[in-house]
Amino acid sequence: MGLETEFGIVHTVPTGAALSPDDTARRLFRPIVEWGRSSNVFLPNGARLYLDVGSHPEYATAECATLEDTVAHDRAGELIVDDMRGQLEAKLAEEGTGGSVYLFKNNVDSAGNSFGSHENYMIARSTRFARLVAHLIPFLVTRQLIAGAGRVHPQGPVAFGQRSFSQNAGQPSYSFSQRADHIWEDSSSSTTRARPLINTRDEPHGDAERFRRLHVIVGDSTMSTTTTALRLGATDLMLRMIEAGNALIDRTLKDPALALRQISHDLTGTVPVELADGTQRSALDLQREYLETVTRFVQANGAHHDRVDWVLDLWARTLDAVQRRDFTGIDTEIDWAIKKKLLDSWVARNGSDYAAPRVAQMDLAFHDVAPGRGLFRMLEERGMAARLPGTDGSEAQTAVTTPPETRAKLRGALVKAAIDAGKHTTIDWVNVKINGATQRIVTLRDPFLTHDDDAAAMLAILRREAVRGSEQPPAPPII
Amino acid sequence: MAQERITSTGSKREEETPLPDSAPAPAPGGPSAAAQAQANQADDLLADIDAVLEANAEEFVKGFVQKGGQ
Repeated sequence: MGLETEFGIVHTVPTGAALSPDDTARRLFRPIVEWGRSSNVFLPNGARLYLDVGSHPEYATAECATLEDTVAHDRAGELIVDDMRGQLEAKLAEEGTGGSVYLFKNNVDSAGNSFGSHENYMIARSTRFARLVAHLIPFLVTRQLIAGAGRVHPQGPVAFGQRSFSQNAGQPSYSFSQRADHIWEDSSSSTTRARPLINTRDEPHGDAERFRRLHVIVGDSTMSTTTTALRLGATDLMLRMIEAGNALIDRTLKDPALALRQISHDLTGTVPVELADGTQRSALDLQREYLETVTRFVQANGAHHDRVDWVLDLWARTLDAVQRRDFTGIDTEIDWAIKKKLLDSWVARNGSDYAAPRVAQMDLAFHDVAPGRGLFRMLEERGMAARLPGTDGSEAQTAVTTPPETRAKLRGALVKAAIDAGKHTTIDWVNVKINGATQRIVTLRDPFLTHDDDAAAMLAILRREAVRGSEQPPAPPII
Repeated sequence: MAQERITSTGSKREEETPLPDSAPAPAPGGPSAAAQAQANQADDLLADIDAVLEANAEEFVKGFVQKGGQ
């Protein structure tokens, strides 16, 4: 599995004109372009870093085989872009422009534009895709209860067509999800015009006869490693269960895009949403049913990794908290509850409400990736937000330079060796090509591969050339 | 909102639990000391947050405008 994150970017100055987001993003990538000749590069840790549609800095983790690796590599992406941010701030200060550069790992700006957190799961080509999507959509629509990043709405929820979701029109409110208001279809191959929950574009990035990639774009970007692990871990369990072919009850929703909004704006989890069969269920009903079905599946088939019990426990505790309307049991582990606790404590101490501009600012600053300034990071540094059990943050530091134990290990080693040898490369998720007279290419079709003879041979050649070229000036350091 | 919920839970507890004539002093290091420590931690955090946030909240939020992504 893997995670792609689009970061929001802004430059602020105390006086005078700030750089536009486009210019800030371009400046942010200037050091990358200098060594990679492109704003679309693969890194020694196997990840891809690029400037995406709409000038968003985007980081796609390498393909990971475990939850803790995915979480560590997702956080490594934050560390990498934050390092670039620091370099840019220093450069702007030196030039006299000054100001602050912010990178937000969130999903919406003040004008209602949305950008995403995209999850990739590898599934077997033999899986019946339409059946999988049909079962997965009601799960994804209701998943925001356990994996939403939370959002303040100073003027209450935005209406969807003729539908309004607020109890008291115009009253400030809080929702589970950032992204729910910005999804328009259930599944399609488009991503930006009529944004779906699942993108069905068939780009396996591997052996197309064996693998297919499931591209989920409905999720919120999550700050907390525990929320990210639950989001991915619960979805992975659902996929395994569906792929195993177990008979599942059809919970197809009448209107998934409407249901997403209804559920997001109801913190009780009880609002009924319409199913295609004419019945109604609440998000809590559906999530309880999924949790029970998955738990039975695990009991029957065994846990496929050592964090399954942890996933099931946090999943259950989060649903309990929503049901009891008492979030104290999860307010260090689940993003929307962590953020809500922080905002509520500010509101209580200032005798204010969610309409206060400071609350909207804190909602945004929660997603600032800068250590010591980003509010989530401040909570985590003080132990007021939990870390994935057994981790202390050093895993993400390691993941900045070290690829996970998948084919990313081969790709990352080749990227690093090519930089050391001063060679330019053309790389995608499957191929590594060394540019130059010989045009050597290595093709890695199996994402689980950690050894490949061609890759080993290419690595040996690059390392010899690096030694030979070591008297020449070294290639520019990477980030 | 949560502070309303907290308040109502608090007052309900007061109604349900008869107040003793003389409330025992909280034991040092007991639950109320822990609650106090938590409140202090929250106060410290909010003060530090105030120090890092840019002054003009409204302008800061309005200034964050992107083009849409995927």
